[in-house]
Amino acid sequence: MKLSKIIMIVGAALLLALFVLPLWNITLEAPQYPEPIGMNIHINKIADANPNDIQNINLMNHYVGMKDIPTDMLEFKIFPVVIGTMALLGIIIGIVGKHKLFLLWFIVMSLFGTAGMYDFYKWEYNYGHNLKETAAIKFTNDDGTPMAYQPPLIGTKTILNFVAHSYPRSGAIALFGGMGLSLVAFFVGMKEAKKE
Amino acid sequence: MKTIKNIIYTLVAVLVLASCGNTSSKKKDSKSGALSGNAAEKVYVAPGEHDEYYAFVSGGFSGQLAVYGLPSARLFKVIPVFSVDAEKAYGFNEETKPMLNTSYGFVPWDDSHHPDISQTNGELDGRWVFINGNNTPRIARISLSTFETEEIIEVPNSAGNHSSSFVTENTEYVVAGTRFSVPIPQKDMPISEYKSNFKGALSFISVDQETGHMGIKFQLIMPGFDYDLSHPGRGKSHGWFFFTTYNTEEANSLLEVNASQNDKDYIAAVNWKKIEEYVNNGGGKKMPAKYAHNVYSDETHTATSTMMNEVLVVDPTEVPGAVYFLPTPKSPHGCDVDPSGEYIVGNGKLSADLTVHSFTRMQEAIEGKKFAGEAYGIPILNYEDVVAGVVKQPGLGPLHTEFDDKGNAYTTFFISSEVVKWKLGTWEVIDRKPTYYSVGHLMIPGGNSRKPTGKYLVAMNKITKDRYLPTGPELTQSAQLYDISGDKMELLSDFPTVGEPHYAAGCPADLIKDRSAKIFKLDENKHKYAATSESEAKVVREGNVVHIYMTMIRSHFAPDNIEGVQVGDKVYFHVTNLEQDFDVPHGISMIGANTSELLIMPGQTETFVWEPKQEGVWPFYCTDFCSALHQEMQGYVRVSAKGSSVPISYTLDGDPTDAE
Repeated sequence: MKLSKIIMIVGAALLLALFVLPLWNITLEAPQYPEPIGMNIHINKIADANPNDIQNINLMNHYVGMKDIPTDMLEFKIFPVVIGTMALLGIIIGIVGKHKLFLLWFIVMSLFGTAGMYDFYKWEYNYGHNLKETAAIKFTNDDGTPMAYQPPLIGTKTILNFVAHSYPRSGAIALFGGMGLSLVAFFVGMKEAKKE
Repeated sequence: MKTIKNIIYTLVAVLVLASCGNTSSKKKDSKSGALSGNAAEKVYVAPGEHDEYYAFVSGGFSGQLAVYGLPSARLFKVIPVFSVDAEKAYGFNEETKPMLNTSYGFVPWDDSHHPDISQTNGELDGRWVFINGNNTPRIARISLSTFETEEIIEVPNSAGNHSSSFVTENTEYVVAGTRFSVPIPQKDMPISEYKSNFKGALSFISVDQETGHMGIKFQLIMPGFDYDLSHPGRGKSHGWFFFTTYNTEEANSLLEVNASQNDKDYIAAVNWKKIEEYVNNGGGKKMPAKYAHNVYSDETHTATSTMMNEVLVVDPTEVPGAVYFLPTPKSPHGCDVDPSGEYIVGNGKLSADLTVHSFTRMQEAIEGKKFAGEAYGIPILNYEDVVAGVVKQPGLGPLHTEFDDKGNAYTTFFISSEVVKWKLGTWEVIDRKPTYYSVGHLMIPGGNSRKPTGKYLVAMNKITKDRYLPTGPELTQSAQLYDISGDKMELLSDFPTVGEPHYAAGCPADLIKDRSAKIFKLDENKHKYAATSESEAKVVREGNVVHIYMTMIRSHFAPDNIEGVQVGDKVYFHVTNLEQDFDVPHGISMIGANTSELLIMPGQTETFVWEPKQEGVWPFYCTDFCSALHQEMQGYVRVSAKGSSVPISYTLDGDPTDAE
């Protein structure tokens, strides 16, 4: 089998790791949490980084009126289908072996990835801005507007007494690695085509 | 000229006297040796840093066990064992009341003396601490995962459960030796007929290695002496247990005189392996005996008390070779076995010397059948045949000896108020340091094991005159910390203790701290009345009994308004803490309740009873400052007249709900 095909198949198959590995992680540090609390975001669920972390995050957040971290979201239904389909498609394309399709797959995957990130940002925005009217503690910004508690999309940010870290996890590395391999497969495929 | 000479002489004399004065005042200053050198540095544990050792110090007449850190001597926790404790609702809530049940009924106090940490292969393993209750004979087992009392077993046929609660090399047994001999079984008889009629029971309590559960395997019915302290053999002497005795005179009155006449009392050497074998082969006989066995479960968060009704007793004369007496001067208190298991130190508290027996010589004497006689059929060995050496006149009133990791022994002297360091084998005194004052027992972490640590020594004192700010006629009880890592001991600090610091056990912190429980898992909560989510919260009336299944979480109770309770009802608050975060307990108390508040750990359920006496609307609230909204964590119970038509109803999440 051609090298490009193998690379493409491996790249596409790497996506399947997302069914096991977490895509993203948000960790909260605070003085009263010497062992930080956090959550791992998977394509089909949000899970405790350490036992009971989500319950404890919800308990901390309820003072300022944040809603509970959702256990049921539309994304959890859509993402597995998209990832599963793309992985399958990628493997089929790999077997077929047309390198132009590799590039197409990469572009489509990039579009999905961007859409996913945008969706994640939107969720974070709502989660951090959409506060309960009845919140016990109401903080305002200097200009008088209600304070928002949106975690960073990627990076580190201080929110009141918490320092929030938001970074990709092993699943994301598999995803980006897989996408990168499809691009590599495309260039290798191009070379192989030229040789022929 | 003569006058001048006289004046000069006088001046010189005054100067000499003055300098003497200086010397003596310097001497007094040197008492507070903590100020000299770098002692303060050595006990300083910087904020946020951890101590190197745990010390478990008995509370004596407080009936409790206190947990300190060493070298800082900071108090971390008081674990209630034999006494009710309002701070933790121990003995007040429905779950722990059975822990204090005995054959005499609910006895919410005891005199807790000698803690000992469980061992495996002769080394501390940090699973449990055992401690004895003297007054109403009991042995307790405390979990070093939850730092809570998990089990208490009463000891029948025993009185003044003093030579306890020491464990064998693999925690096969915890012993409970009686200080006072009594009629066995108890009966109405003249006290003057004490001699040969009263007996002393040495109880061997087996420990289940999985669960820690205790059971009295057998009781050895010994002659009517007073059994004072005990220690297990280890290494080569594993399988034996040694008990000091006093009052071998078997006096029953004015013992300070009448029990101090014999030049030598005994150390009773018990080959428990031999007796175990005898018992396993059907030996011994069962006799009726009433005693309580109380077990607390971390799953149901509830204790149960079972009344036992018989015990297996063994007559030592029926097991030849199982028990011998080693003559030991004079009313020995501490009975201590060195880390190698070879030396058995008898601290004859009325003796000028310290007697050390050799296990090897004892074995040889037994083999050679060199007996000096017998007492009630138990062979007495010759003093000269068993003694390994004598520490000559090391101090006054030797009480207790522990060991370091370098072949040294340390003995406390009650009368001369000092700790004396001496060498095993050569019996020479190496160093001595004063204690302030009247020292009782001492502790070296791991001292009662094959692997002592040899860094610190804690002396526990009875009198503290002038050491602390006075607090009326009763001054604080106190312990003192010495550095024993060098050739000379160095006093590092004094620290006040809870109750009487009678005895202590210690171990490296690393042995325990990582295994300390953080929460109880809510989904493993099997309490009969647990409500493990707010949706399970409810109020149920059964006749004139009302059960409230309540939950608590930062920062509210569910339900928080309850109506339909009547005067004369018996209202049970079954309260579950829904938190699953380390160190987030909540409390609850109710106005007019006759017991203490509850302090409930994450994932735990506890119950208290409230019997409303008056109509009205009565508040309850959280008693443990739990969060920014702690002060809002409260609720009401409406109490109507007896026979009122107000139905049971309550609010959940602010919405009214009618009981089914």
